[in-house]
Amino acid sequence: MLLVAEQALNGLQYGMMLFLMAAGLTLVFGVMGLINLAHGSLYMIGAFACASVAAATGWFSLGLLASLIAAAAAGALVEMVVIRRLYARDHLDQVLATFALILVFSEGTRWVFGSFPLYLNLPPALQGAVTLPGGLQYPLFRLVIIAVGAAVAVGLWLLITRTRLGIRIRAGEADREMIAALGVDIVGLYTIVFALGAALAGLAGALVGSIQSVQVGMGEPVLILAFVVVVIGGIGSIKGALIGALLVGMTDTLGKALLPGFFANFMAESSANAVGASLASMLIYILMAMVLILRPQGLFGARA
Amino acid sequence: MNILSKMQLATAASALLLAGAASAEPVKVGMITTLSGGGAGLGIDTRDGFELALKNAGDAAAEIELIIEDDQQKPDIAVQIADKMIQSEQVDLLTGIVWSNLAMAVVPAAVAQGKFYLSTNAAPSQLAGPGCDPNYFSVSYQNDNMHEAAGAYASQEGIASTFIMAPNYPAGKDSLTGFKRFYEGEVTDEVYTQVGQTDYAGEIAQIRNSDADAVFFFLPGGMGIAFMKQYAESGVDKPLIGPAFSFSQDILPAAGDAALGVINTANWSRDLDNDANTNFVETFQAEYGRLPSLYAAQGYDTANLLISAMGKADVSDQEAFRAALNEADFDSVRGKFSFGPNQHPIQDFYVREVVKDGDVLTNKIVSTSLTDHADAYVEQCQM
Repeated sequence: MLLVAEQALNGLQYGMMLFLMAAGLTLVFGVMGLINLAHGSLYMIGAFACASVAAATGWFSLGLLASLIAAAAAGALVEMVVIRRLYARDHLDQVLATFALILVFSEGTRWVFGSFPLYLNLPPALQGAVTLPGGLQYPLFRLVIIAVGAAVAVGLWLLITRTRLGIRIRAGEADREMIAALGVDIVGLYTIVFALGAALAGLAGALVGSIQSVQVGMGEPVLILAFVVVVIGGIGSIKGALIGALLVGMTDTLGKALLPGFFANFMAESSANAVGASLASMLIYILMAMVLILRPQGLFGARA
Repeated sequence: MNILSKMQLATAASALLLAGAASAEPVKVGMITTLSGGGAGLGIDTRDGFELALKNAGDAAAEIELIIEDDQQKPDIAVQIADKMIQSEQVDLLTGIVWSNLAMAVVPAAVAQGKFYLSTNAAPSQLAGPGCDPNYFSVSYQNDNMHEAAGAYASQEGIASTFIMAPNYPAGKDSLTGFKRFYEGEVTDEVYTQVGQTDYAGEIAQIRNSDADAVFFFLPGGMGIAFMKQYAESGVDKPLIGPAFSFSQDILPAAGDAALGVINTANWSRDLDNDANTNFVETFQAEYGRLPSLYAAQGYDTANLLISAMGKADVSDQEAFRAALNEADFDSVRGKFSFGPNQHPIQDFYVREVVKDGDVLTNKIVSTSLTDHADAYVEQCQM
């Protein structure tokens, strides 16, 4: 029972991390109609900024702040220098250009920081495990990630529904010519949206970098999952990103935990482990395929 | 590919210099190794160790022409590079591959085309048993070895039950097979993780929930860093045992204090007391400003083996060159070193503990778990 509870928390934490990635991705796609493969690089930039600032100053909170600033700045810069020229082009051009950005960011990061992974230390106050009601011990920092993810979800919802910027974002999503004609600075709006998405990715990178390792190329595997989340949730929908991320996180974690035991019921243990592990790694893609068969536009997507 | 082109420039330049100095028939060596991506630290250490041996050997290595390329840890790219090196650059010998899946993609084809392959690391069981080849030498070990040593250690310590875990790929399966071969206690759980996995929350939950006394895990590269950091945070206190890969010098700085006190098994350690090793560690530190890892040590030994063979035979006379390699007449940083009938090493395996030496995390030998150890596949090799 404790095992299932712990795995459910793990799934929730993984889902929240994916949400931070997917929210930025779906925001940019929904508002600007842009496929940004370099989103994973912004995640990496956040992690490296956090690790280097935290190492230099000894303050993890400064590192987190730096990750937000560095990723947002990199995002804004990329939007102004490269992405701005691509809105009118088709998606293939966007894919090519943003793929090139991945290579530029990866090699640039390697050039600055080297190929060896960096070490990002958690502050003592966030280290170790806490005992939850029911006697379950759980790492404190993973609970922090869940809380941050939930706070970001609420914050984004307030931003989109309750603020002037949110109104503009929604309007830009619906009809970009019209809001430009109404005198809204659409160029500036796009830069802000892109920087906001980048900052969320950077935050995810910094948080995850502190429990995993900070290394070049760390963003790409997460990027693929973030795309899966966006596709499942529906393109452009923040709510879809949240539900999709939690669904993917839970499916992946519980699949890995339960499938080997399930196969052990009717085959030898070591082959059950290998088969279970292989199938568990496919599970989220099977989930995506099923969602797409039933709802091609995703769970909360407006467009097909 | 900024770094790659810089390196190609550097190797081309050094090749020109060497060509000027060489008079006898040079040996053209193609090194395929991982210089970018998450596993880059391993390939960089392999390369640096190999190049250091050439530098330390001075004139004796002047006839070696070294070409280095980055396989990006991808089998298809490794195969492309190997084809190019064999067909258009006409190398005599290949080396440097870190990962077993890449080695399986490259080595059988390379030796079938009459090239030598000296393995600096990867040594899958398929190439030690029925798939062995007169032109294939493993200078590192056989993949199962370190895990066998860990199993032997766990038995010697009387650990009654163990949770074992490795990635779901050939070397991962070899690993758990190797551990079980020498472990007399009970295996409570056998878990396969994804290759490249970075989050181990699920596996840690299973470890917490199992009644094992200890955990044996094989997670090379960034995987091990992530696991150890998360394990240290989890509040689970079962002791960890692993092969040296997750406690190698390239990993320790990133793993941090989470690795302190962990027991690991290896065929080499920085504190091994012999002249070749002392000289290696000192010159490596002077040259690169960091401590060498296991991969660097194996790269260094491979280059020295090659140099020793070149002193005895010409590479164009394959029969004689093979015999010269087989003699293994070089000063290994591992102290003693010889080849078994399947051209895999016979060597000692040590039990090391991660300790702090001043500010630097490193390994200290605590005992020897297997002496003059060969591998389990030697009988199956017909050459």
